[in-house]
Amino acid sequence: MTNYNIGSLFKGMFRTFQHLVGKKATLEYPEEKYIPRKGYRGEHRLKKDEQGRMKCVACFMCATACPAECIRIVAGPSPWPDRDKIPVSFEIDLLKCIYCGMCEEACPCDAIELTPTFTQIATTREEKIYDLQKLMNR
Amino acid sequence: MVTKDVLYKLVVFLATVGIAVGLVPIMTIVERRVAAFIQNRWGPNRVGPWGLLQPVADGIKAFFKEEFVPARADRLLHFIAPMLVFVPPAIGFAVIPWGNQIGSVKLQAVNLNIGVLFMMSVLSIAVYGLAIGGWASNNKWSLLGGLRASAQLISYELTLGLAILVAIMMAESVDPQVIVAKQTRGILSWNVFGGGNLLALPCGLLGILLLYTAALAENNRLPFDLPECEQELVGGYHTEYSSMKFAMFFMGEYVAMVNMSAIVTMLYLGGWYFPGITNPADHSWLGGILSVGVFMAKTFAILFVYVWIRWTFPRFKYNQLMNLGWKGLLPLSLANVALLAVVGVFTGGKP
Repeated sequence: MTNYNIGSLFKGMFRTFQHLVGKKATLEYPEEKYIPRKGYRGEHRLKKDEQGRMKCVACFMCATACPAECIRIVAGPSPWPDRDKIPVSFEIDLLKCIYCGMCEEACPCDAIELTPTFTQIATTREEKIYDLQKLMNR
Repeated sequence: MVTKDVLYKLVVFLATVGIAVGLVPIMTIVERRVAAFIQNRWGPNRVGPWGLLQPVADGIKAFFKEEFVPARADRLLHFIAPMLVFVPPAIGFAVIPWGNQIGSVKLQAVNLNIGVLFMMSVLSIAVYGLAIGGWASNNKWSLLGGLRASAQLISYELTLGLAILVAIMMAESVDPQVIVAKQTRGILSWNVFGGGNLLALPCGLLGILLLYTAALAENNRLPFDLPECEQELVGGYHTEYSSMKFAMFFMGEYVAMVNMSAIVTMLYLGGWYFPGITNPADHSWLGGILSVGVFMAKTFAILFVYVWIRWTFPRFKYNQLMNLGWKGLLPLSLANVALLAVVGVFTGGKP
Protein backbone atom coordinates (compact mmCIF):
# COMPACT_ATOMS: atom_id res chain seq x y z
CA MET A 1 0.00 0.00 0.00
CA THR A 2 1.40 3.36 -0.99
CA ASN A 3 1.86 5.97 1.68
CA TYR A 4 -0.03 8.98 0.38
CA ASN A 5 1.04 11.16 3.31
CA ILE A 6 -1.78 13.71 3.22
CA GLY A 7 -0.24 15.75 6.05
CA SER A 8 2.81 16.76 4.06
CA LEU A 9 0.54 17.90 1.20
CA PHE A 10 -1.02 20.48 3.52
CA LYS A 11 2.43 21.40 4.81
CA GLY A 12 3.51 22.14 1.23
CA MET A 13 0.39 24.19 0.56
CA PHE A 14 1.08 26.22 3.72
CA ARG A 15 4.64 26.87 2.56
CA THR A 16 3.55 28.13 -0.87
CA PHE A 17 0.94 30.34 0.81
CA GLN A 18 3.71 31.93 2.86
CA HIS A 19 5.50 32.76 -0.39
CA LEU A 20 2.24 34.05 -1.90
CA VAL A 21 1.85 36.74 0.74
CA GLY A 22 5.57 37.22 1.40
CA LYS A 23 8.02 39.82 0.17
CA LYS A 24 8.79 39.76 -3.56
CA ALA A 25 12.34 39.30 -4.78
CA THR A 26 11.81 41.11 -8.09
CA LEU A 27 12.91 44.75 -8.34
CA GLU A 28 10.87 46.76 -10.84
CA TYR A 29 14.01 48.35 -12.21
CA PRO A 30 13.24 51.56 -14.08
CA GLU A 31 10.85 52.77 -11.37
CA GLU A 32 12.70 51.34 -8.39
CA LYS A 33 16.49 51.64 -8.23
CA TYR A 34 18.69 49.23 -6.40
CA ILE A 35 20.57 50.98 -3.62
CA PRO A 36 23.72 49.05 -2.68
CA ARG A 37 24.78 48.63 0.91
CA LYS A 38 27.10 51.14 2.54
CA GLY A 39 30.71 50.57 1.50
CA TYR A 40 29.81 49.04 -1.85
CA ARG A 41 32.70 49.45 -4.30
CA GLY A 42 31.39 51.07 -7.48
CA GLU A 43 32.56 53.94 -9.68
CA HIS A 44 35.50 56.07 -8.54
CA ARG A 45 35.54 59.76 -7.77
CA LEU A 46 38.23 62.28 -6.82
CA LYS A 47 37.47 64.31 -3.69
CA LYS A 48 37.85 68.04 -3.20
CA ASP A 49 39.05 69.86 -0.08
CA GLU A 50 37.32 72.70 1.81
CA GLN A 51 38.44 75.33 -0.70
CA GLY A 52 37.14 73.34 -3.64
CA ARG A 53 40.56 72.32 -4.87
CA MET A 54 41.33 68.74 -5.75
CA LYS A 55 42.91 66.75 -2.92
CA CYS A 56 45.13 64.69 -5.20
CA VAL A 57 48.87 65.41 -5.10
CA ALA A 58 49.85 63.12 -8.00
CA CYS A 59 51.95 60.79 -5.81
CA PHE A 60 51.27 57.75 -8.02
CA MET A 61 50.52 55.55 -4.98
CA CYS A 62 47.15 54.47 -6.39
CA ALA A 63 48.58 53.71 -9.83
CA THR A 64 51.34 51.63 -8.18
CA ALA A 65 48.93 49.75 -5.92
CA CYS A 66 46.48 49.02 -8.70
CA PRO A 67 46.59 45.28 -9.55
CA ALA A 68 44.80 45.84 -12.87
CA GLU A 69 47.00 48.78 -13.87
CA CYS A 70 44.05 50.83 -15.00
CA ILE A 71 45.09 54.21 -13.53
CA ARG A 72 47.22 56.52 -15.69
CA ILE A 73 48.44 59.80 -14.17
CA VAL A 74 50.43 62.63 -15.75
CA ALA A 75 51.77 65.01 -13.12
CA GLY A 76 52.40 68.71 -13.49
CA PRO A 77 53.58 71.61 -11.23
CA SER A 78 51.18 72.77 -8.59
CA PRO A 79 49.78 76.32 -8.60
CA TRP A 80 49.27 76.21 -4.81
CA PRO A 81 52.09 76.52 -2.21
CA ASP A 82 50.99 73.56 0.01
CA ARG A 83 52.03 70.83 -2.45
CA ASP A 84 54.56 70.20 -5.21
CA LYS A 85 52.50 68.45 -7.88
CA ILE A 86 48.95 68.06 -9.10
CA PRO A 87 47.72 65.69 -11.82
CA VAL A 88 47.44 67.27 -15.24
CA SER A 89 45.70 64.16 -16.50
CA PHE A 90 44.11 61.40 -14.36
CA GLU A 91 42.50 58.55 -16.28
CA ILE A 92 40.86 55.40 -14.95
CA ASP A 93 39.95 52.72 -17.47
CA LEU A 94 36.80 51.23 -15.94
CA LEU A 95 36.86 48.36 -18.41
CA LYS A 96 40.15 47.21 -16.87
CA CYS A 97 39.26 48.11 -13.28
CA ILE A 98 38.35 45.18 -10.99
CA TYR A 99 36.80 47.42 -8.28
CA CYS A 100 39.09 46.02 -5.57
CA GLY A 101 39.45 49.33 -3.69
CA MET A 102 43.24 49.12 -3.43
CA CYS A 103 43.61 52.68 -4.77
CA GLU A 104 41.40 53.99 -2.00
CA GLU A 105 43.49 52.17 0.63
CA ALA A 106 46.79 53.27 -0.86
CA CYS A 107 45.95 56.99 -1.14
CA PRO A 108 47.85 59.02 1.52
CA CYS A 109 45.65 62.12 1.06
CA ASP A 110 42.25 60.39 1.10
CA ALA A 111 41.70 61.82 -2.39
CA ILE A 112 40.27 58.87 -4.32
CA GLU A 113 37.19 56.96 -3.29
CA LEU A 114 34.84 54.27 -4.64
CA THR A 115 31.18 55.40 -4.63
CA PRO A 116 28.18 53.05 -4.35
CA THR A 117 27.10 53.98 -7.90
CA PHE A 118 27.01 50.69 -9.75
CA THR A 119 25.17 51.59 -12.95
CA GLN A 120 27.43 52.79 -15.74
CA ILE A 121 26.23 53.65 -19.20
CA ALA A 122 28.57 53.96 -22.17
CA THR A 123 28.12 53.41 -25.88
CA THR A 124 31.82 53.36 -26.80
CA ARG A 125 34.98 52.05 -25.17
CA GLU A 126 36.37 55.58 -24.94
CA GLU A 127 33.48 56.68 -22.73
CA LYS A 128 34.45 54.06 -20.17
CA ILE A 129 37.84 55.75 -19.66
CA TYR A 130 36.99 58.37 -17.03
CA ASP A 131 39.19 61.50 -17.19
CA LEU A 132 40.05 64.04 -14.52
CA GLN A 133 37.03 66.26 -15.18
CA LYS A 134 34.57 63.38 -14.99
CA LEU A 135 36.11 61.99 -11.81
CA MET A 136 36.14 65.40 -10.11
CA ASN A 137 32.54 66.21 -10.95
CA ARG A 138 31.05 63.09 -9.47
CA MET B 1 -47.25 36.75 -19.58
CA VAL B 2 -45.29 34.29 -21.66
CA THR B 3 -43.28 36.93 -23.54
CA LYS B 4 -42.08 38.58 -20.33
CA ASP B 5 -40.89 35.25 -18.96
CA VAL B 6 -39.11 34.48 -22.22
CA LEU B 7 -37.43 37.87 -22.07
CA TYR B 8 -36.26 37.28 -18.48
CA LYS B 9 -34.96 33.84 -19.42
CA LEU B 10 -33.12 35.33 -22.38
CA VAL B 11 -31.40 37.86 -20.10
CA VAL B 12 -30.38 35.14 -17.64
CA PHE B 13 -29.16 32.96 -20.50
CA LEU B 14 -27.05 35.74 -22.04
CA ALA B 15 -25.63 36.62 -18.62
CA THR B 16 -24.68 32.96 -18.14
CA VAL B 17 -22.89 32.86 -21.47
CA GLY B 18 -21.20 36.15 -20.58
CA ILE B 19 -20.01 34.72 -17.28
CA ALA B 20 -18.79 31.54 -18.97
CA VAL B 21 -16.67 33.38 -21.52
CA GLY B 22 -15.83 36.41 -19.39
CA LEU B 23 -14.37 34.47 -16.49
CA VAL B 24 -11.71 32.89 -18.72
CA PRO B 25 -9.55 35.99 -19.28
CA ILE B 26 -9.92 36.90 -15.61
CA MET B 27 -8.77 33.40 -14.68
CA THR B 28 -5.72 33.57 -16.94
CA ILE B 29 -4.49 36.79 -15.35
CA VAL B 30 -5.29 35.51 -11.84
CA GLU B 31 -3.40 32.32 -12.60
CA ARG B 32 -0.33 34.15 -13.86
CA ARG B 33 -0.27 36.65 -11.00
CA VAL B 34 -0.76 34.00 -8.29
CA ALA B 35 1.90 31.82 -9.93
CA ALA B 36 4.30 34.75 -9.86
CA PHE B 37 3.47 35.62 -6.25
CA ILE B 38 4.10 32.04 -5.13
CA GLN B 39 7.50 32.21 -6.85
CA ASN B 40 8.28 35.58 -5.19
CA ARG B 41 7.86 37.45 -8.48
CA TRP B 42 5.41 40.18 -9.53
CA GLY B 43 4.10 38.62 -12.73
CA PRO B 44 2.63 40.54 -15.69
CA ASN B 45 1.85 44.03 -14.38
CA ARG B 46 2.70 46.29 -17.32
CA VAL B 47 -0.44 46.18 -19.50
CA GLY B 48 -3.12 48.32 -17.93
CA PRO B 49 -3.66 48.84 -14.19
CA TRP B 50 -2.12 45.92 -12.25
CA GLY B 51 -1.68 44.08 -15.55
CA LEU B 52 -5.43 43.57 -15.89
CA LEU B 53 -5.38 44.13 -19.66
CA GLN B 54 -2.80 41.38 -20.21
CA PRO B 55 -5.47 38.87 -21.40
CA VAL B 56 -6.53 41.39 -24.09
CA ALA B 57 -2.94 41.65 -25.29
CA ASP B 58 -2.66 37.86 -25.29
CA GLY B 59 -5.87 37.57 -27.29
CA ILE B 60 -4.68 40.06 -29.90
CA LYS B 61 -1.40 38.17 -30.17
CA ALA B 62 -3.24 34.88 -30.68
CA PHE B 63 -5.38 36.39 -33.45
CA PHE B 64 -2.39 37.63 -35.42
CA LYS B 65 -0.38 34.42 -35.24
CA GLU B 66 -0.07 32.06 -38.17
CA GLU B 67 -2.72 29.39 -38.52
CA PHE B 68 -0.74 26.21 -39.08
CA VAL B 69 -2.01 22.78 -40.12
CA PRO B 70 0.65 20.07 -40.38
CA ALA B 71 1.12 18.13 -43.62
CA ARG B 72 -0.97 14.95 -43.95
CA ALA B 73 -3.09 16.02 -40.96
CA ASP B 74 -6.81 15.35 -41.03
CA ARG B 75 -7.96 18.88 -41.80
CA LEU B 76 -11.61 18.46 -40.85
CA LEU B 77 -10.96 16.81 -37.48
CA HIS B 78 -8.09 19.21 -36.84
CA PHE B 79 -10.59 22.04 -37.30
CA ILE B 80 -13.38 20.49 -35.21
CA ALA B 81 -11.33 19.41 -32.17
CA PRO B 82 -10.90 22.84 -30.49
CA MET B 83 -14.64 23.46 -30.72
CA LEU B 84 -15.34 20.08 -29.15
CA VAL B 85 -13.15 21.09 -26.24
CA PHE B 86 -14.66 24.53 -25.78
CA VAL B 87 -18.40 24.01 -26.35
CA PRO B 88 -19.37 21.17 -23.93
CA PRO B 89 -18.15 22.88 -20.73
CA ALA B 90 -19.85 26.09 -21.90
CA ILE B 91 -23.12 24.15 -22.35
CA GLY B 92 -22.68 22.77 -18.84
CA PHE B 93 -23.17 26.30 -17.50
CA ALA B 94 -26.81 26.15 -18.56
CA VAL B 95 -27.98 24.21 -15.51
CA ILE B 96 -25.92 25.97 -12.83
CA PRO B 97 -28.09 27.97 -10.42
CA TRP B 98 -26.18 31.24 -10.13
CA GLY B 99 -28.38 32.72 -7.43
CA ASN B 100 -31.65 32.91 -5.57
CA GLN B 101 -34.70 33.84 -7.62
CA ILE B 102 -35.54 37.47 -8.37
CA GLY B 103 -39.32 37.80 -8.28
CA SER B 104 -40.45 34.62 -10.00
CA VAL B 105 -37.41 34.26 -12.25
CA LYS B 106 -34.90 31.63 -11.22
CA LEU B 107 -31.30 32.62 -11.98
CA GLN B 108 -30.63 29.47 -13.96
CA ALA B 109 -30.60 29.40 -17.76
CA VAL B 110 -32.34 26.02 -18.08
CA ASN B 111 -34.32 24.60 -15.19
CA LEU B 112 -33.69 20.88 -15.72
CA ASN B 113 -34.86 18.39 -13.11
CA ILE B 114 -31.95 16.08 -13.99
CA GLY B 115 -29.43 18.93 -14.08
CA VAL B 116 -26.58 17.15 -12.34
CA LEU B 117 -26.75 14.14 -14.65
CA PHE B 118 -26.91 16.47 -17.65
CA MET B 119 -23.83 18.31 -16.49
CA MET B 120 -21.84 15.11 -15.91
CA SER B 121 -22.66 13.75 -19.34
CA VAL B 122 -21.89 17.04 -21.09
CA LEU B 123 -18.58 17.53 -19.31
CA SER B 124 -17.28 14.12 -20.36
CA ILE B 125 -17.78 15.00 -24.04
CA ALA B 126 -14.87 17.48 -23.85
CA VAL B 127 -12.32 14.66 -23.82
CA TYR B 128 -13.39 13.68 -27.35
CA GLY B 129 -11.96 17.01 -28.44
CA LEU B 130 -8.62 16.20 -26.83
CA ALA B 131 -8.47 12.69 -28.32
CA ILE B 132 -9.56 13.87 -31.79
CA GLY B 133 -7.15 16.81 -31.69
CA GLY B 134 -4.32 14.45 -30.77
CA TRP B 135 -5.20 12.00 -33.52
CA ALA B 136 -5.81 14.56 -36.27
CA SER B 137 -2.44 16.29 -35.77
CA ASN B 138 -0.46 13.43 -37.38
CA ASN B 139 2.07 13.64 -34.58
CA LYS B 140 2.94 10.85 -32.18
CA TRP B 141 3.29 13.13 -29.17
CA SER B 142 -0.11 14.63 -29.81
CA LEU B 143 -1.60 11.16 -30.18
CA LEU B 144 -0.04 10.01 -26.91
CA GLY B 145 -1.39 13.13 -25.20
CA GLY B 146 -4.89 12.45 -26.51
CA LEU B 147 -4.72 8.81 -25.41
CA ARG B 148 -3.52 9.79 -21.97
CA ALA B 149 -6.35 12.31 -21.66
CA SER B 150 -8.99 9.71 -22.47
CA ALA B 151 -7.48 7.03 -20.17
CA GLN B 152 -7.23 9.54 -17.36
CA LEU B 153 -10.80 10.71 -17.82
CA ILE B 154 -12.17 7.16 -17.76
CA SER B 155 -10.26 6.40 -14.56
CA TYR B 156 -11.34 9.47 -12.67
CA GLU B 157 -14.89 9.73 -14.01
CA LEU B 158 -15.85 6.89 -11.64
CA THR B 159 -14.57 8.68 -8.57
CA LEU B 160 -16.16 11.91 -9.75
CA GLY B 161 -19.50 10.20 -10.25
CA LEU B 162 -19.41 8.51 -6.84
CA ALA B 163 -18.43 11.76 -5.13
CA ILE B 164 -21.33 13.52 -6.85
CA LEU B 165 -23.56 10.61 -5.81
CA VAL B 166 -22.81 11.37 -2.14
CA ALA B 167 -24.17 14.90 -2.57
CA ILE B 168 -27.17 13.55 -4.48
CA MET B 169 -27.89 11.06 -1.68
CA MET B 170 -27.75 13.85 0.90
CA ALA B 171 -30.13 16.04 -1.09
CA GLU B 172 -32.27 13.12 -2.32
CA SER B 173 -32.54 14.81 -5.71
CA VAL B 174 -30.63 15.44 -8.93
CA ASP B 175 -32.28 18.81 -9.50
CA PRO B 176 -29.72 21.61 -8.90
CA GLN B 177 -32.45 23.89 -7.50
CA VAL B 178 -33.48 21.27 -4.91
CA ILE B 179 -29.86 20.43 -4.02
CA VAL B 180 -29.14 24.08 -3.27
CA ALA B 181 -32.49 24.66 -1.55
CA LYS B 182 -31.78 21.80 0.89
CA GLN B 183 -28.49 23.45 1.85
CA THR B 184 -30.07 26.79 2.82
CA ARG B 185 -30.99 25.80 6.40
CA GLY B 186 -27.83 27.11 8.06
CA ILE B 187 -24.14 26.45 7.55
CA LEU B 188 -24.35 22.90 8.99
CA SER B 189 -26.86 21.92 6.31
CA TRP B 190 -24.19 22.29 3.62
CA ASN B 191 -23.38 18.91 2.14
CA VAL B 192 -19.72 19.30 3.05
CA PHE B 193 -20.81 19.22 6.71
CA GLY B 194 -23.12 16.26 6.20
CA GLY B 195 -26.23 17.99 4.89
CA GLY B 196 -27.85 18.65 8.28
CA ASN B 197 -26.91 15.30 9.79
CA LEU B 198 -23.78 15.55 11.93
CA LEU B 199 -23.20 11.77 11.76
CA ALA B 200 -22.69 12.18 8.00
CA LEU B 201 -20.01 14.85 8.53
CA PRO B 202 -17.05 12.55 7.64
CA CYS B 203 -18.87 11.50 4.44
CA GLY B 204 -19.26 15.13 3.41
CA LEU B 205 -15.64 16.06 4.09
CA LEU B 206 -14.32 12.96 2.31
CA GLY B 207 -16.80 13.54 -0.50
CA ILE B 208 -15.59 17.06 -1.29
CA LEU B 209 -11.95 15.91 -1.10
CA LEU B 210 -12.63 13.09 -3.58
CA LEU B 211 -14.71 15.30 -5.84
CA TYR B 212 -12.01 17.96 -5.90
CA THR B 213 -9.20 15.49 -6.62
CA ALA B 214 -11.22 13.92 -9.42
CA ALA B 215 -12.05 17.39 -10.74
CA LEU B 216 -8.33 18.23 -10.94
CA ALA B 217 -7.77 15.07 -12.97
CA GLU B 218 -10.82 15.67 -15.18
CA ASN B 219 -9.63 19.16 -16.08
CA ASN B 220 -6.06 17.96 -16.76
CA ARG B 221 -4.73 20.31 -14.13
CA LEU B 222 -1.53 19.84 -12.19
CA PRO B 223 -0.66 17.54 -10.46
CA PHE B 224 -2.55 15.44 -13.04
CA ASP B 225 -1.69 17.30 -16.27
CA LEU B 226 -0.10 14.30 -17.97
CA PRO B 227 -1.85 14.79 -21.35
CA GLU B 228 0.12 17.97 -21.94
CA CYS B 229 3.34 17.49 -20.02
CA GLU B 230 6.24 19.22 -21.72
CA GLN B 231 9.01 16.83 -20.69
CA GLU B 232 7.79 13.73 -22.50
CA LEU B 233 5.13 14.91 -24.93
CA VAL B 234 6.44 18.32 -26.13
CA GLY B 235 3.02 19.94 -25.67
CA GLY B 236 0.63 16.99 -25.68
CA TYR B 237 -2.53 17.08 -27.76
CA HIS B 238 -2.11 20.74 -28.73
CA THR B 239 1.49 20.47 -29.95
CA GLU B 240 0.42 21.06 -33.58
CA TYR B 241 -2.06 23.81 -32.82
CA SER B 242 -1.40 27.52 -33.13
CA SER B 243 -3.20 30.84 -33.22
CA MET B 244 -6.85 30.92 -32.12
CA LYS B 245 -7.20 27.14 -32.36
CA PHE B 246 -4.69 26.82 -29.56
CA ALA B 247 -6.46 29.61 -27.72
CA MET B 248 -9.71 27.63 -28.03
CA PHE B 249 -8.07 24.62 -26.36
CA PHE B 250 -6.74 26.90 -23.67
CA MET B 251 -10.09 28.61 -23.12
CA GLY B 252 -11.90 25.27 -23.11
CA GLU B 253 -9.67 24.13 -20.30
CA TYR B 254 -10.42 27.23 -18.26
CA VAL B 255 -14.16 27.11 -18.95
CA ALA B 256 -14.14 23.49 -17.74
CA MET B 257 -12.32 24.63 -14.61
CA VAL B 258 -14.85 27.36 -13.90
CA ASN B 259 -17.68 24.92 -14.56
CA MET B 260 -16.20 22.31 -12.23
CA SER B 261 -15.73 24.90 -9.48
CA ALA B 262 -19.36 25.93 -9.88
CA ILE B 263 -20.37 22.27 -9.56
CA VAL B 264 -18.35 21.85 -6.35
CA THR B 265 -19.92 25.05 -4.98
CA MET B 266 -23.40 23.92 -5.92
CA LEU B 267 -23.12 20.33 -4.67
CA TYR B 268 -21.11 20.73 -1.49
CA LEU B 269 -20.67 24.34 -0.44
CA GLY B 270 -24.30 25.45 -0.31
CA GLY B 271 -24.53 27.17 -3.70
CA TRP B 272 -25.56 30.81 -3.31
CA TYR B 273 -26.35 30.47 0.40
CA PHE B 274 -24.22 32.01 3.11
CA PRO B 275 -25.71 32.56 6.58
CA GLY B 276 -26.24 36.25 7.35
CA ILE B 277 -25.72 37.46 3.77
CA THR B 278 -28.36 35.71 1.66
CA ASN B 279 -31.85 34.74 2.78
CA PRO B 280 -33.71 32.00 0.86
CA ALA B 281 -37.04 33.79 1.32
CA ASP B 282 -35.72 37.11 0.01
CA HIS B 283 -36.73 37.41 -3.64
CA SER B 284 -35.85 41.09 -4.09
CA TRP B 285 -33.32 42.51 -6.54
CA LEU B 286 -30.75 43.17 -3.81
CA GLY B 287 -31.07 39.66 -2.41
CA GLY B 288 -30.73 38.16 -5.88
CA ILE B 289 -27.60 40.13 -6.70
CA LEU B 290 -26.08 39.32 -3.30
CA SER B 291 -26.74 35.63 -3.86
CA VAL B 292 -24.98 35.77 -7.24
CA GLY B 293 -22.07 37.51 -5.51
CA VAL B 294 -21.87 34.78 -2.87
CA PHE B 295 -21.91 32.06 -5.54
CA MET B 296 -19.17 33.86 -7.47
CA ALA B 297 -17.06 34.33 -4.34
CA LYS B 298 -17.25 30.62 -3.51
CA THR B 299 -16.47 29.66 -7.12
CA PHE B 300 -13.46 31.96 -7.13
CA ALA B 301 -12.21 30.56 -3.84
CA ILE B 302 -12.24 27.08 -5.39
CA LEU B 303 -10.55 28.37 -8.56
CA PHE B 304 -7.88 29.94 -6.40
CA VAL B 305 -7.24 26.57 -4.76
CA TYR B 306 -6.85 25.10 -8.28
CA VAL B 307 -4.06 27.59 -8.97
CA TRP B 308 -2.57 27.20 -5.51
CA ILE B 309 -2.38 23.42 -5.90
CA ARG B 310 -0.88 23.79 -9.36
CA TRP B 311 2.09 25.75 -8.07
CA THR B 312 2.61 23.58 -5.00
CA PHE B 313 2.64 19.95 -6.12
CA PRO B 314 4.87 18.20 -8.66
CA ARG B 315 3.36 16.13 -11.46
CA PHE B 316 2.47 12.46 -10.95
CA LYS B 317 4.01 9.68 -13.02
CA TYR B 318 1.52 7.87 -15.19
CA ASN B 319 1.57 4.64 -13.16
CA GLN B 320 1.16 6.67 -9.97
CA LEU B 321 -1.82 8.42 -11.52
CA MET B 322 -3.47 5.11 -12.36
CA ASN B 323 -2.59 3.67 -8.93
CA LEU B 324 -4.13 6.64 -7.17
CA GLY B 325 -7.23 6.51 -9.34
CA TRP B 326 -8.01 2.81 -9.24
CA LYS B 327 -6.44 1.63 -5.97
CA GLY B 328 -6.77 4.76 -3.87
CA LEU B 329 -9.69 6.96 -4.80
CA LEU B 330 -12.14 4.42 -6.24
CA PRO B 331 -12.31 2.12 -3.16
CA LEU B 332 -12.39 5.16 -0.93
CA SER B 333 -15.32 6.69 -2.79
CA LEU B 334 -17.21 3.37 -2.81
CA ALA B 335 -16.64 3.09 0.95
CA ASN B 336 -17.83 6.66 1.33
CA VAL B 337 -21.11 5.92 -0.47
CA ALA B 338 -21.60 2.74 1.62
CA LEU B 339 -20.87 4.62 4.85
CA LEU B 340 -23.37 7.32 3.98
CA ALA B 341 -25.99 4.68 3.19
CA VAL B 342 -25.41 3.02 6.58
CA VAL B 343 -25.62 6.35 8.36
CA GLY B 344 -28.82 7.07 6.45
CA VAL B 345 -30.41 3.78 7.50
CA PHE B 346 -29.52 4.28 11.18
CA THR B 347 -30.85 7.85 11.27
CA GLY B 348 -34.32 7.06 9.97
CA GLY B 349 -33.87 6.59 6.25
CA LYS B 350 -32.73 10.14 5.70
CA PRO B 351 -29.02 10.74 5.31
